[in-house]
Amino acid sequence: MTNSEKYHNAFVTALEVTPAQAPDLVYGKSNAWDSVGHMTLIAALEDAFDIMMEMDDIIDLSSFEKGKEILRKYDVEI
Amino acid sequence: MMWKFEGFRDNTAVIDEHGQQLSYAELRHEGRMLCQQADGRCLVFCLCQNVLGSFLGYTAFLNGGVVPAMLPADMDPALFSALYEAYKPKYVWAPKAFDLEDGCLRYERFGYRLFQTPFGDATRLAPDLALLLTTSGSTGSPKFVRQSYQNIRANTDSIVTYLSLTQSERPITTLPMHYTYGLSILNSHLDVGATILLTNQGIAQKAFWTFFQKLGATSFGGVPYTYEMLDRMRFFRMDLPTLTTMTQAGGKLLPELHRKYVEWCQKTGRQFIVMYGQCEATARMAYLPWEQSLAKIGAMGIAIPGGAFELIDEDGNLITAPHVTGELRYRGPNVTLGYASTGDDLRKGDEFGGVLHTGDMAQVDEDGYYTIVGRKKRFLKLFGNRVNLDEVERMLKSQFPTADVACAGRDDRLTLFATDEAALPQMRAWLAEKTGLHSSGFVPCLIPAIPKNDAGKTLYQELEKYND
Repeated sequence: MTNSEKYHNAFVTALEVTPAQAPDLVYGKSNAWDSVGHMTLIAALEDAFDIMMEMDDIIDLSSFEKGKEILRKYDVEI
Repeated sequence: MMWKFEGFRDNTAVIDEHGQQLSYAELRHEGRMLCQQADGRCLVFCLCQNVLGSFLGYTAFLNGGVVPAMLPADMDPALFSALYEAYKPKYVWAPKAFDLEDGCLRYERFGYRLFQTPFGDATRLAPDLALLLTTSGSTGSPKFVRQSYQNIRANTDSIVTYLSLTQSERPITTLPMHYTYGLSILNSHLDVGATILLTNQGIAQKAFWTFFQKLGATSFGGVPYTYEMLDRMRFFRMDLPTLTTMTQAGGKLLPELHRKYVEWCQKTGRQFIVMYGQCEATARMAYLPWEQSLAKIGAMGIAIPGGAFELIDEDGNLITAPHVTGELRYRGPNVTLGYASTGDDLRKGDEFGGVLHTGDMAQVDEDGYYTIVGRKKRFLKLFGNRVNLDEVERMLKSQFPTADVACAGRDDRLTLFATDEAALPQMRAWLAEKTGLHSSGFVPCLIPAIPKNDAGKTLYQELEKYND
């Protein structure tokens, strides 16, 4: 699986959305991505890329696009 | 009148995340303007968010003798309609985005609007009735808890005393205003002239922490899920020099996590206060004094000033020996008037008579500290929200009439048992949408048949074996 696929999958599985919905997701704009969904998503991303995210990054990850930018800090290119 | 705002005229009462603020003098003035529009004692539905308009509505109505029924602003429209028809409020105070079809706009302030409904004074109110709160807003039961002015006054006095609150406090909102615990934080801090930091952002959002640090929050409250989340978010590494106190209620925190917070607070000169309460007791019934927190990990503490606990065995006798489980009964001036399920019930007087059967099973130790060991009735706490399992089953059966379904669960996980493989994911998604609770709290479980006795009653004991 490519990084891009892993990234996409993490959103689909953690937030229980369809693959087509994932790229448009923004924190707090849907029931799927509330505070509970957020922690599930962070855990999924940490597992998928074997990283430990800092609190500042956890709370900054507010959209599908923003997440890609943040993962770059952990040497993960999406 | 609930609060004497004129005692703290120049203090800042509230600051919101957009930098808008009101002094106590301004809050008093704004409240009077709003109450004038409501024109006398009546029932108002307040659609709550942690924003200035919602805050103004609550304080104005409670101080002005108008009875607010506090509801979540993102409530399911069908559930709102059911309550609207059952209680016939004279007004609805709601955010701008909300449209009341048969309402007439009377006033607008801070992004909130006051709509007059066609019901007029259809609903009559008992003289001491102050406030209505739902016990489980998420399942849309039309049941409210009726709280009196004396209830709120008594509970506020107790909280101010046991937490030693002063006007230098700056609590930041982490809980909704339609939730009794969130409201008790507002009530007690407004009573001492402190400054409420009002934000609709959650703790997983950056804007929350930016606001926290910029305005120097000193305390916040949380349910067990809040503290689990903070732990996973590496909270203990954050730089929050202004934070002095954290309180926890709304369910039992895992003892290991309780210890972790207590130890971190002891090391960093802070306090972590575990508390116990219910909407039926206005808000608080017990707290664990900070000096005892390490020695009594896992306990919820002692009764608040003015209150008292008793433990009752199955035959209704008082338990006097330590470490014996019984149902927890509470007496105090904060025990509410009773329930309501229609508008007519709002005329009723005190039905509880100062005694609350909590429905929680507890034990007391030799030193008089109480520990909750379970629940008598079928209730769960999903992400801090009380969920009545029987109510959820009823909802599912009315929405999916052909499905055979049962709900059980432990701690913060509701297991959804059904026999129809195709319907199970639909039920789960529908439940999440209807309750507004995240779907991960509902665990689907496909079984060949729902175990039942000859009378057709579900045998929940039999379902236990599926819980891990």
